[in-house]
Amino acid sequence: MDDFYKEYILDHYRNPRNFGRLDRPDAAAEDLNPLCGDRIRFELKVDDEGRVTDVRFSGRGCAISQASASMLSESIVGQKLEDIARMPKEKVLENVGIGISPARLKCATLGLKVLKSAALGEIASWPEEPA
Amino acid sequence: MIATRDLRTAAIARDFPLLFQPTSRGKRLVYLDSAATSQKPQCVIDALVHYYTHDNANIHRGVYELAQRATDEFERAREKVARFVNAAEPAEIIWTRNTTEAINLVSYSWGLGNLRPGDAILTSQLEHHSNLVPWQLLAAKTGAELRFIEVDEYGVHRLDDLEAKLEGAKLVALSHVSNTLGTIAPLATIVPLAHAAGAKVLVDGAQSAPHFRVDVRDLDLDFFAASGHKMCGPTGIGFLYGKRALLEAMPPFLTGGDMIKSVEYTSTTFNELPWKFEAGTSDVAGAIGLGAAVDYLEAVGMDWVREHERRLTAYALERLATLVPRGLHIYGPQNRDQRSSVVSFNLADIHAHDVASILDTEGICVRAGHHCTMPLMEKMGWPATARASFYLYNSEEDVEALIGGLEKAAGIFKV
Ligand SMILES: Cc1ncc(COP(=O)(O)O)c(C=O)c1O
Repeated sequence: MDDFYKEYILDHYRNPRNFGRLDRPDAAAEDLNPLCGDRIRFELKVDDEGRVTDVRFSGRGCAISQASASMLSESIVGQKLEDIARMPKEKVLENVGIGISPARLKCATLGLKVLKSAALGEIASWPEEPA
Repeated sequence: MIATRDLRTAAIARDFPLLFQPTSRGKRLVYLDSAATSQKPQCVIDALVHYYTHDNANIHRGVYELAQRATDEFERAREKVARFVNAAEPAEIIWTRNTTEAINLVSYSWGLGNLRPGDAILTSQLEHHSNLVPWQLLAAKTGAELRFIEVDEYGVHRLDDLEAKLEGAKLVALSHVSNTLGTIAPLATIVPLAHAAGAKVLVDGAQSAPHFRVDVRDLDLDFFAASGHKMCGPTGIGFLYGKRALLEAMPPFLTGGDMIKSVEYTSTTFNELPWKFEAGTSDVAGAIGLGAAVDYLEAVGMDWVREHERRLTAYALERLATLVPRGLHIYGPQNRDQRSSVVSFNLADIHAHDVASILDTEGICVRAGHHCTMPLMEKMGWPATARASFYLYNSEEDVEALIGGLEKAAGIFKV
């Protein structure tokens, strides 16, 4: 756990990437971890093929939740919403490194949970494919 | 003098076996989360084992000797708690699961029958959700207005407009001690004014009953709620004190077995106090365990407990102040007499959760988050705080461990 707070985690915490809001996002979702009050919002721009073209996240919370969301935001431009909606949580756990305690698992995965619900919300709003 | 006190503390700590169980990293356990729940002395653990080994039977029912013994022990525990808070009689003590249930009992049983549109419920900005949400619901159901005593930046009650706020109030519901900031409510000032305005007073004693002597008659409280698990007792047991006249006039909260005198198919005569409010089989072992906890606290002496915590908290505040240059913010009342043994803080830009995780690696248990006081955190503009809370078994060595852990956190985060 000591080495959990690696240099790059602190860097993402203090200088989060893609932090902020988008002007008229195509998809957005927000959630909080009631245990600690951590809050994360993800906003996405999506092209006609359902690929993410831009992303911002905002919110506040611990180094683990913020760094995890920041790293996640770096890896999703160009990805299809369907793939994001299926992204396993191992992906973010890999990002933040090993040794996370069960109590902090929710912090590490909050960003992914929000991102997925943004993706799922957008997919659900698409018109049915003509048969 | 100080040395004798340290010896006494060390002897007290030895009564709590869990404190001597090292962590999985082999660290000494430094338990600084007694505001969440206290550790249990061996005598309380023994009382539970003894009850299940020798006295277990359902109470108030069996005619046989064993059932009588269980009933006697259960009622003796009630007498102990009544004496502990100086109730006029044991029948004014109702067993509940915890503080939350005791407050809900009053909200439903007293509140629904006594509040009307135009009435007001006065609480404060410091409250634990347990002493806020029930009043929000009661206000919504009855059309009463919910008002708040404001607190300043240190979490101290602002009483300048109290009399105006009390106008039309039927109930004043306040925590005796804030679990987030440690503020001790100025009840000696508030209660007489509340009564003069025609309001009843409920005090949430979850954080006071464990830490100093509470005299419900001297304070002239109408209701007082507390939890056994925060005062060296087991989980699952708490109590409500209420003045007899009020309790007599209130309808039962839960209904069923035990709370009845006689039942016909279509009607029921309710039991007398206190059993009218104790539907179903109670937590008999829990009540007996809480009785043992009260015995333990009285043997130590509640004045000793308060004095010990007051010194230790002063020591902690002094030691924590050395970290102010590294960005430590300490919250809560500046005046020691207004503060119990709770210290909330943040370290520079490090989130409280990260602070708590790093302290955990050193065997130090502190709480991090909103402490079930989300509106207070929002008002103060703190996303979260870390909270160390001290009890009779904590020592200066525990404070030193905390300081060391915070220095480590500051080092990792380079502040
Ligand atoms: C001030 C205060 N009130 C109420 C409660 C609720 O206690 P319980 O969960 O035992 O009902 C707590 C416990 O954290 C508290 O600190």
